[in-house]
Amino acid sequence: MAIASNQSAIAPLRRSWGRGLIIAGTLLFILTALAQALNAAGILKLGLTNWRPTLFAFLVFAVAIGAGQVLMRGQAGWRALFILPAGLFTVAMAIFPTLFGLSIAFTDWNLASLTGQKFNGLDNLFQLLRDPFYWNAMVNMVIYVLFVLVEYAIAFALALLLNAEIRARKFWRVVFLIPLMLSPVAVSWMVGKSMLEYRFGPVARFARWIGFQNPSFFTDPWVARIWIEIMDAWVSIPFVMILLLAGLQALPKEITEAAKVDGASPWQRFWQITFPLMLPVSLTAIVLRIIFKLKLADIIITVTSGGPGGATDSVSSFIYREYRDRSNVGYGTMLAMFYLVVIVIFITVLLNVLSKRMRRMT
Amino acid sequence: MATEAAAAPAHMADSGTAARRLKHTAGQVGIYAALVFWAFVSLFPVYWTITTSMKVAKDVQLGRMVPWVDFQPNWLGWRSLGLSPDTIGNVSTVRDEFLNRFLNSIFTAFGASALAVLIGALAAYGLSRFTYRFLWMKNQDLSFFFLSQLILPPVVLALPFLVLYRELALLDTTVGLVLLYTLTVLPIVIWIMKDQFDTIPIELDEAAQVDGLGPWGTFFRIILPMALPGMVAAFILSLILCWNEYFFAALLTGSQAKTLPVMVASQTGSQGINWWSMAALSTAAIAPLVLVGVLLERFIIRGLTAGSVKG
Repeated sequence: MAIASNQSAIAPLRRSWGRGLIIAGTLLFILTALAQALNAAGILKLGLTNWRPTLFAFLVFAVAIGAGQVLMRGQAGWRALFILPAGLFTVAMAIFPTLFGLSIAFTDWNLASLTGQKFNGLDNLFQLLRDPFYWNAMVNMVIYVLFVLVEYAIAFALALLLNAEIRARKFWRVVFLIPLMLSPVAVSWMVGKSMLEYRFGPVARFARWIGFQNPSFFTDPWVARIWIEIMDAWVSIPFVMILLLAGLQALPKEITEAAKVDGASPWQRFWQITFPLMLPVSLTAIVLRIIFKLKLADIIITVTSGGPGGATDSVSSFIYREYRDRSNVGYGTMLAMFYLVVIVIFITVLLNVLSKRMRRMT
Repeated sequence: MATEAAAAPAHMADSGTAARRLKHTAGQVGIYAALVFWAFVSLFPVYWTITTSMKVAKDVQLGRMVPWVDFQPNWLGWRSLGLSPDTIGNVSTVRDEFLNRFLNSIFTAFGASALAVLIGALAAYGLSRFTYRFLWMKNQDLSFFFLSQLILPPVVLALPFLVLYRELALLDTTVGLVLLYTLTVLPIVIWIMKDQFDTIPIELDEAAQVDGLGPWGTFFRIILPMALPGMVAAFILSLILCWNEYFFAALLTGSQAKTLPVMVASQTGSQGINWWSMAALSTAAIAPLVLVGVLLERFIIRGLTAGSVKG
């Protein structure tokens, strides 16, 4: 979609003003950054204690670019102004810090020690490859991601329930949605620390009632992992459920009605009609859920701190402790960068495989 | 169509036999049983937290569940927060801290959501209506560029930002958090808003241009009012995500800009068995969002499903 507009001619003087403005803004920004760098290196004595001047110079630079666009390109410049704020913001807040992170990742830098930042080449990478706790966390991530399929199955069942002919559908939908509202940290206490408390927690009480002698939820690796997953699933299932419910409601009614007439059982109707038709929505929901799952950290940090023996650690919670306990910025950043590379490859491959599958099936 | 003609007799045959009706009733009972079961799963932790905030040690140890039936509600937990009826007028350092964290959370969440909706809506409108070319990137590439930020896990940005914010004197400031939270919700806002703008017919823009409005006049006077439901949905979804965010807040705030989740988490670590005050704190932390969820559910669902379901 695009609106064609008659481009009115722009006076050459106005054009050169625009160009001048952009060049001036860029120069201001570069020179400020340079002066700050020299100040930080101790060569220039400007008496600056922080890099805020560079930040302000960047803001001036951003405004100059916007104004310059309008002056140089008229209508097209006004249109570019729509996307420029978000674009510059993302570059400044995501692209630049990621590149900056790369420069940290190849250094030996402990914020707690006095030696400061030291370039150490690929040492961090080699240390990473030999770090059993990091790979343990990676394996845990694979397990957590596989659990997404279980979450999806439960969410699909709930969506079917809400799509059935029931009274007070809106009431049930609101009730089912509530866990999604809650902060993972609050859930950590509500469920992880109090309901699962081994003496007085209601879940422990229930477990004893049905015959477990000494229920404990965070001492056995697999039990602990599953409880972390249950808490995360409890918060996230409503999200998947809402997506699937919207998909179900968008399905054409005639097709299932026709199958009913043909005498297909509900089970057959689901597997032969509803499920295949829901595949595109399902894949969207699953991929989105995996993306969020890969960020899993809060619950683990607050409930188990990765224990017992790293059994519940996610990559994010492991790196969090690497910084919190050891202030190891250089190595921690390398771990994070490696993780980013892995998940970008994983998501790209996943999307490619899925879109190829989809094309073959339709 | 043939289906419509066949539907009526089939329906009559369906209700004809008693066995089928029995099966139908059984199905209905099963459905409602499942609904009640999952409602219990969804609500019990909330119920447990609220009631625990009114228990004393004995009630917790004996596993009392139902107020007024097997235990007498008590303001103990709320008194320790300084929020019970009898302490609400007194000076309380705990309450001051709690209110400070609460306000920090409000400022951070509202600030980031407002900023994200502002720049996100502008970018989404541009991507929906105009043709851009930036270096090798066309509209689709630019949209993908914004959406792909969703994949970036917080842990990748956390340590670089720790260093950057230290140099920029933005550590432990609300402004610093607002900027980061804006970044994390921006892809979602752009997604929702682009979906919203795509449903508004482009003829409206063209009519406005004929009337002599420029792109910005068209956007603010004609299109934005029509896109309001989408904006509300994007804003509320951002609000929820920012209110609950813990990872960045835990790393980048110390004493001044601490948000509510950080306070809840630090209390969790330090206290052994002081259940009633933790329960009161958790209740106070989740109450605003439960209210939002119940009252604004329509917008939340609208925001969540934007763009994912197309016919």
